[in-house]
Amino acid sequence: MSRLLSRLFGRLPIGWLQLTHSKTRFASAIAGVAFANVLVFVQLGIMNSMASATLRPYAFFQADIMISAPDANTLTEGGNVARQWLLQALADPEVTAGMGLFIANVTWQRADKALVLTTFGIDPALPGFLDPAIAAKAQVLELQNAGLLDRFTRGLPRDEAAAIRPQTPLTFEVSGDTVTLHDTFAGGGGFGGDGYMMVSDQTFLTLFPARRSAAPDHILLKIAPGADPERVVTRLGALISDKSLRIRTFEAAADEDLTYQQTKRPTGIIFGFGVVIGVLVGLVIVYQVLSTDVADHLREYATFKAMGYPQTFFLGVVLEEALILGVLGFVPGFVVGTTILTVMGRVTTLPLQMTASMAITVFIGTIVFSTLSGAIATRRLAAADPADLF
Amino acid sequence: MTEDAPVVARGVNHWFGAGEVRKQALHDVTLTIPRGSFTALVGPSGSGKTTVLTLVGCLREVQDGSVRLLGHELKGARSDALIALRRRLGFIFQAHNLHESLTAIENVLMGLMVHGRADGPTERAAAAHALTLFGLADRMDYLPANLSGGQKQRVAIARALVGNPDLILADEPTAALDRESGLNVVDVLKRLGQTRGTTTLMVTHDNRILDRADRIVTLEDGRIVADSAPVG
Repeated sequence: MSRLLSRLFGRLPIGWLQLTHSKTRFASAIAGVAFANVLVFVQLGIMNSMASATLRPYAFFQADIMISAPDANTLTEGGNVARQWLLQALADPEVTAGMGLFIANVTWQRADKALVLTTFGIDPALPGFLDPAIAAKAQVLELQNAGLLDRFTRGLPRDEAAAIRPQTPLTFEVSGDTVTLHDTFAGGGGFGGDGYMMVSDQTFLTLFPARRSAAPDHILLKIAPGADPERVVTRLGALISDKSLRIRTFEAAADEDLTYQQTKRPTGIIFGFGVVIGVLVGLVIVYQVLSTDVADHLREYATFKAMGYPQTFFLGVVLEEALILGVLGFVPGFVVGTTILTVMGRVTTLPLQMTASMAITVFIGTIVFSTLSGAIATRRLAAADPADLF
Repeated sequence: MTEDAPVVARGVNHWFGAGEVRKQALHDVTLTIPRGSFTALVGPSGSGKTTVLTLVGCLREVQDGSVRLLGHELKGARSDALIALRRRLGFIFQAHNLHESLTAIENVLMGLMVHGRADGPTERAAAAHALTLFGLADRMDYLPANLSGGQKQRVAIARALVGNPDLILADEPTAALDRESGLNVVDVLKRLGQTRGTTTLMVTHDNRILDRADRIVTLEDGRIVADSAPVG
């Protein structure tokens, strides 16, 4: 390593030699940086999983425009929308189809625990509004009280989920009604429920008798191929009488949902702070290590100053140390972070995983905060006065 | 001879502190040190020896008077010019000040790398030669922690000399050395003066060295009170 760095820098790798001189201190410094990395990885992983979990149900549907109640900040929050606006929207020449979307939570009381299923009531006669994988199985929803279950539902044994097929359906009771699960689709637990379920709007209204067919949670629209969704949204805004409604492209609705989750919900803010805390911990650890190291070698640095080494040489040494700590601390941080996210993902069925973008972001962040710490630590170099050596 | 002299100091005054605690450390010091000479600077503690060394070594700013080092006026000189001049000097401190993480040969290499030279085989050979000169051929890969006090000091001397400096500034370099090693160091320095014209200005109280010095300058209370071979 020493030889490699020597060739790389064209000089003795003093930073490396200084850091590795005390093996214990070096190991604890690496562990400190790795710890900061793990903190950031876990927090970022949770934040990303929140984003994935938020956007996942949007992927179940294929729509161009969504009409929601004024207070519908997320897919599952807010009031209802009158179906009459669907009919008004269909008056637009470029709106080709519309569907009411019903959403509510169903509790599946099992022997060991209750599973909360975020349940979507859709019109099985309009499979074009569904993701093709779900649409292919949607015909069965025309049966009364039929459902498609998210096979990745948290708390549901995988083998039990795998056994749910049209030939071997599974039934369960919900408030006196029997729901028959005929097939499954790929979903996954989120922050608002353990999994998802698709039923027809008619079944939905059976399960939730207080709900009315004239008041779905959202209205999904499809527009003609080639039509500009933004222009249609603008036209619909003028066309629909209720000006308080949120009429957005489906994509914009998903983005706004995510922004709301990350910036308005306490969980999003907390995880965001977690990332900041992780970065600060890393900054402080690297600064502490480098600053102590500079203080410990002031006489040597002063000697080098006397010999004629310029300030840039010392900056190079400290930054060399910062980069070594950053790179070597990242590796165990990445390994431990990946392990923790994988284990947490398995336990919670949240989409917790290490992604390439996370790894690259944290690596670059580590290098940046290490360099920043190094730059701050070099201020102590000013105390190395060669005149004091005599 | 004055034009060729690596050190020409004229009317140098120097103070430390400010206000009521301001104290004058040097009074009208005038000194010319010829090329290749071996000059010993002696005097009691607080007499100004170290101040002279630090001024000549570009480690302190010249406040009053003139110090010409290797043909360059130090008073008012830019810091990059001072750094460049320091590279032409060899510093030997009373404490070895070796880098604890570097081996003996690596410490000596630092004396070459300041001139922009890489860590190559030629440089390693030069560093090894310098260490061999001071009887450390078998200690090249030792860390300072594994060397005796005298060995560390000899490594520090090798580091100061390996870059072929024009002027060596030394502060009690033989204090940690035994008689034989101390005399060897003086012999090497004198030989460098004769063969390469390397000039040595050394603060010392060691009588063994004073006996061999070309010239002895005595300072007291910041003034030169005796000069065995006054020049200029």
